[in-house]
Amino acid sequence: MNIQWEVVIGLEIHAQLATKSKIFSGAATAYGAEPNTQACVISLGMPGVLPVLNEDAVRKAVIFGMAIEAEIAPYSVFARKNYFYPDLPKGYQISQFELPIVGNGHLDIEVDGETKRIGVTRAHLEEDAGKSLHENFHGATGIDLNRAGTPLLEIVSEPDMRSAKEAVAYMRKIHDLVRYLKICDGNMQEGSFRCDANVSVRPKGQVEFGTRAEIKNINSFKFVEKAINHEVERQIEVIENGGRVVQETRLYDSDKDETRSMRSKEEANDYRYFPDPDLLPVFVSDELKAEIKAALPELPEAKKRRFTTDYKLNDESATILTASRELAGFFENVVKISGCESAICANWITGDLSAALNRADLEITESPINAERFAGLVARIADDTISGKIGKQVFEFLWNGSESADEIIEAQGLRQITDTGAIEAIIDTILAANEKQAEQYRGGNEKMFGFFVGQVMKAMQGKGNPAEINKILKAKLA
Amino acid sequence: MHNKTITELAQSLRAKEFSSVELTQHFLNRVNQHADLNAFITVTEDLALQAAQLADARIASGNAELLTGIPMAHKDIFCTQDVKTTCGSKMLDNFVAPYNATIVEKLNTAGAVNLGKLNMDEFAMGSSNETSFYGAVKNPWNKNTVSGGSSGGSAAAVAAQLAVCTTGSDTGGSIRQPAAFCGITGIKPTYGRVSRFGMIAYASSLDQGGSMARSAEDCAILLQAMAGFDAKDSTSVDVSVPDYCADLNKPLAGLKIGLPIEFFTADLNADMAATLETAINEYKKLGAEIKEVSMPNLKYAIPAYYVIASAECSSNLSRFDGVRFGYRCENPADLNDLYTRSRGEAFGKEVKRRILMGTYALSAGYYDAYYLKAQQVRRLISDDFKNALNEVDVIFSPVTPTPAFNIGEKIANPIEMYLADIYTIAINLAGLPAMSIPAGFINGLPVGLQVIGNYFDEARLLNVAHAYQNATDWHKQSPSL
Repeated sequence: MNIQWEVVIGLEIHAQLATKSKIFSGAATAYGAEPNTQACVISLGMPGVLPVLNEDAVRKAVIFGMAIEAEIAPYSVFARKNYFYPDLPKGYQISQFELPIVGNGHLDIEVDGETKRIGVTRAHLEEDAGKSLHENFHGATGIDLNRAGTPLLEIVSEPDMRSAKEAVAYMRKIHDLVRYLKICDGNMQEGSFRCDANVSVRPKGQVEFGTRAEIKNINSFKFVEKAINHEVERQIEVIENGGRVVQETRLYDSDKDETRSMRSKEEANDYRYFPDPDLLPVFVSDELKAEIKAALPELPEAKKRRFTTDYKLNDESATILTASRELAGFFENVVKISGCESAICANWITGDLSAALNRADLEITESPINAERFAGLVARIADDTISGKIGKQVFEFLWNGSESADEIIEAQGLRQITDTGAIEAIIDTILAANEKQAEQYRGGNEKMFGFFVGQVMKAMQGKGNPAEINKILKAKLA
Repeated sequence: MHNKTITELAQSLRAKEFSSVELTQHFLNRVNQHADLNAFITVTEDLALQAAQLADARIASGNAELLTGIPMAHKDIFCTQDVKTTCGSKMLDNFVAPYNATIVEKLNTAGAVNLGKLNMDEFAMGSSNETSFYGAVKNPWNKNTVSGGSSGGSAAAVAAQLAVCTTGSDTGGSIRQPAAFCGITGIKPTYGRVSRFGMIAYASSLDQGGSMARSAEDCAILLQAMAGFDAKDSTSVDVSVPDYCADLNKPLAGLKIGLPIEFFTADLNADMAATLETAINEYKKLGAEIKEVSMPNLKYAIPAYYVIASAECSSNLSRFDGVRFGYRCENPADLNDLYTRSRGEAFGKEVKRRILMGTYALSAGYYDAYYLKAQQVRRLISDDFKNALNEVDVIFSPVTPTPAFNIGEKIANPIEMYLADIYTIAINLAGLPAMSIPAGFINGLPVGLQVIGNYFDEARLLNVAHAYQNATDWHKQSPSL
């Protein structure tokens, strides 16, 4: 067989909304607390308790909707999704079904230099379940309901992706966006951001979709790619061997790098959705929408565009600097305070500072060097007070101490020597002490020039202005 | 002491004719003497006497409220911290809530003395109190007959004067029907008037707490302390609560009373029709005008109700799974066994029947035909009431087709039992307030008159009931025990 297969992928991403309290109660949402210490009577689903909607969760959903240019439903409804599971305390999950809060939107991804628009079908609010703990209970199961009731935004894409690579690009884009908007901390290890993938294959050119399988609960970008690729291979193999793909839910096992069947369509729960009579419909007023819109930060795309035009940054720098609002803000502050060329500011931030932050595993907000002190460094490099090389030394002092760049330069005597008289004097001494090497240079051994530069720099403890040194050396060796 | 109204008792307590401790002890003695009525599931004697002591101190200090020191009791559907809350079910026979229902909290704050928890149909599903895990409540007027349900314990306790007043809940008639059977006064307020927080849910969109007592005035006083917006209940409504006692004595001249032609038909039991006619004539004497109204969709109320209530209950009762609280079967083999046996062993027949009906009604492929259709019918019924209430101030109807039936008479026939609520169910679908007031007797058994009003018009209902009670003494009759 020589059929060309086309892959069709849609993602359902669950982003945990970064609210202080749960979506329907005042219990805290902090991660890592002792089991069941953040489970109030509502989290426990005690008889008689009632849910009260957390407005902040609604606000964060609306922020997301606006960022993907989606329709914000003026009227959305919470519904109950009924099924039994020990870590689902009420026997139903409060979710949204027919009327989600966020409607049609879209997002552009870039793969191999090409931009592609991915549709977002909807995003709806729902509560998370608790956790079943199977270890250390000697044949029994422990239930931790700290997570029960944590607000989630389920973001459902159109089946617009045609490769695992595109799916990863989309997932990353959403991941960047929710963190950028500060509506989700994006922590995948803690489960704050996870995804289910709907995967099918069809012969290229066929209009109808193939039968899809849903791969559940994938919690890393690497696994999304692997799980999808694996599932695609499996489906193609099934079809090429004369079989048929069955609609089912599959689980990705990252240890074995395979997906395996969880339940078929026939075994699927009938969730018996119906509007939750304990909750009123959610009305998002025009005033609220206007208020949220006004407070909406400049979005990454727009910011990147502005950085390339206003600051004349190249695409790569602009992408890095706009990946987070804080980093972008840091950059803009450094430019403003230092009054320097944006290119040199960008280079030092994306270079030495980013590397140091990475090594120390720190966010820009936790940087030991604030924008003001950093601007001091860049300014001295830009005005030739110090060379780039000395700049690296000053950076170390800035990182480990609290003085300003000027104080460090002064105290350490790092000021660059541009006084031609002083440079000449040193060059003369060096040439006198190395006559043989000077002869070799004059005889055509160009490499010797580097030797002299090194000797001069060494004698000047690195503080000599390299351009001046070059100029004078050239003249004297002529 | 037990013949006095709340206002009279409050005066006596302030005049130190007797203390709240003495009054409470008197009622506790009556509760024990008449334990055969099976009105109480739990009697909290020690807590009641402690509360009475505090009430006495508060009365002495001069900052008491009308209900301070008044012995009352809660339907066992309201969660009470540190006191067992069973909801009439084996499922919750061991359940002690770690919190108080909002209305329990409010009444505690008012200084009311809670004597204990009252018997009820299991999870409020029933019209005779026979579905209770703790057995049927006997009607104080005739111990062979049912008290009605689901607030059967609440009604019997007031009728037998085991408590001055009681709380109840009403999903399809559960306050009004037992009030009628036991010859007392009960009010189901507008949906959203009284917080549902801590009231164990049967059908969330229909459930509403209310007050039961021997008179409209006492119902007004108790409701006053229960009503009001609660931030913990998203369906409670933020409408200010008027002084329910202020308008009790307003004259009824010019009051427009509507009689639905669909309810006053030839099918209506002749004795019932005659009793109601007498009551209506009394209202004419008080200056009211009578008008016929038509509500053509009322005939769909029972099927619509049983679809909606069952659907909601099938979901509401899912939390009783043997995992976190309540009954758990012995030695479950696995998770499925834990679920099926815990629920199978602890839920009674009627509860299981409604869970099954509700599960079916919500199932994929049936939702539109049942649940959605029932919600549409519900809207039509609400519209019928709205239209009628544009023409009249209040609507009168029977509360029940007959007086109390015998224990065991209908329990084997669910449909016949469901029809016992034919006059009350539509009001819950519409969310309107309604009362049951004693209006006479048939063969020695009390009969009630139902007064239905507009949204948040409880004050008018209480006024209409109070005026009648000033003119008649049906509500003052007590059973000889």
